[in-house]
Amino acid sequence: MKKIASIFITLSLLALIAGAIFGALAGIQYVKPDFLKEVIAFNKMRPFHVSTVLGWIILCSTGGIYYYLTEVLKLKLFSKKLAAAHLILFILCAIAIYVSFFTGNMGGREYFAYAPIISVPILLGWMLFGVNYFKTVVKQVKSWPVYLWMWGTGIGFMIYHLGETNFWLIPYFRENFIKDFAVQWKSYGSLAGCWNMLVYGTAIFLMSKVKDDDNIGRGKKAFFFYFLGLFNLMLGWAHHTYIVPTQPWVRYLAYGVSMTEWIILISIIIDWKRSLSTEKKKLNDISYKFLMATDFWVFFNLFVALLISIPYINLFTHGTHITVAHSMGTTIGINTTILIASVFYIVNREHREVLNKFASIIKPGFWIFNVSLGIFLICLLMGGVEKSVWMYFTDEPSTFGQMQDKIQPYMYVFLAAGFGLLLGILMLAVPMLTCLTKKSK
Amino acid sequence: MTALVVMFVIYNVVVYTQGTSNNTPKMSEQAIKGEQLYQDNNCTACHQFYGLGGYLGPDLTNTISHPNKGAAYVKAFLNSGIKTMPKFNFTEEEKDALAQFLTEVDQTGYYPIKDAETDASGWVGIKYKNQ
Repeated sequence: MKKIASIFITLSLLALIAGAIFGALAGIQYVKPDFLKEVIAFNKMRPFHVSTVLGWIILCSTGGIYYYLTEVLKLKLFSKKLAAAHLILFILCAIAIYVSFFTGNMGGREYFAYAPIISVPILLGWMLFGVNYFKTVVKQVKSWPVYLWMWGTGIGFMIYHLGETNFWLIPYFRENFIKDFAVQWKSYGSLAGCWNMLVYGTAIFLMSKVKDDDNIGRGKKAFFFYFLGLFNLMLGWAHHTYIVPTQPWVRYLAYGVSMTEWIILISIIIDWKRSLSTEKKKLNDISYKFLMATDFWVFFNLFVALLISIPYINLFTHGTHITVAHSMGTTIGINTTILIASVFYIVNREHREVLNKFASIIKPGFWIFNVSLGIFLICLLMGGVEKSVWMYFTDEPSTFGQMQDKIQPYMYVFLAAGFGLLLGILMLAVPMLTCLTKKSK
Repeated sequence: MTALVVMFVIYNVVVYTQGTSNNTPKMSEQAIKGEQLYQDNNCTACHQFYGLGGYLGPDLTNTISHPNKGAAYVKAFLNSGIKTMPKFNFTEEEKDALAQFLTEVDQTGYYPIKDAETDASGWVGIKYKNQ
């Protein structure tokens, strides 16, 4: 089983590197529109970037869950054959998605730009994962810690909401633009909640193992926050669509629930940090560092998320780069740092000697990654403010092209920071990949 | 847990049938064909509706009713390959379908809402068309 988990994680790291390269190329196109335009224009480059980085998040959390269930919790997996089938299906889906983009056979939906038929094997893969997960855990664990609930919830809801992303194929939704559009963004909001369940579950699992205290995942507070997260996953989606003319109650409800989500993880991390002994910190130094980086980025994103979830502020920030700063901040600053911490934890267990040889690369890599991300997000926020002023506070607005020219200086720095992120990712991912190709101890 | 699942099912049914409903008429066949072309060419990578989508191109929600734009402006742009726009080769029939799609999207609402009603609680009352 270790081999299958390792392949999932290896593929996820390759996806992280490829996704960062696609992102850097798309960044060049953002400031130099003619770059590679005839070969692969932005309308194709962006889906390569988005789908590949989503692949990183999904494959890495999946590989981590398989590893933690069998190698750390020492549970006997229900079926290795199902896990292998799951892996093969996801590899075939990844190939099919790339072929779909290369050939231009697009589904053309935001975030899910591939041909919709590929959703069928993806859904099947999640179902196999779900059967394997629940059959493994239900029989062998009587009292579930919160991370097992979070992983199970993430898998279960992922199956439903992935299906929901394809409701546009049903005429009832397709024929009404607002209904289709609102349900599309409902599914995306909930899908983000699903992978957050997988990733945050991983964070809590790691914290409990680094501190060697299983109570972290069993306290009343942890379960309170789990249900709060679940509540947000189900009901908080409409803060993405405040401006879309749906019924007011949908938007009122979203306003009410969306203010709570980011408090969930930060509270648990702060409690954990306070009680962590120096000795344990050293033992898992790199994982610890990344979880602390997560702590910082949660603060940053909590601040941005709380502000832009207030409809009055959302009115001015929606549709600007400020929203992008929020989504990039969560996927890179929070999800990616947790998952990198997870891979370092696994690599440290399996290949500590090999990993130690890379310390001189990993340490600067950590700082390059985080400092670049900070500059990256500040540029997006500044660009967003400029766009908002152009949209709402200019009596005689200039053209869209002129507004784009005005934010160009921010975008050049944003591009440089993007290359910094790519460099940081390479300095972290290459050592991890090198370790994963060695035979386990 | 059962109560949570039941609540989730009821909530979804209400959202699908009531929460996302408004008085916008069904899209015409030509507009649906235009939307398919919009998707086939992944226009959302660069363009937005209601502020949702890519950021490289302008939001298209009210392009048709914009005093300086309109259907003829949109159709002139489609095959131009200007700046970041890829060089498309849409036929006249396809251009008409895309323009019809944008026309019917335009009829669903307003974006950006420059004269939105706000109150001290932070709430924003959006403007509806067709209601």
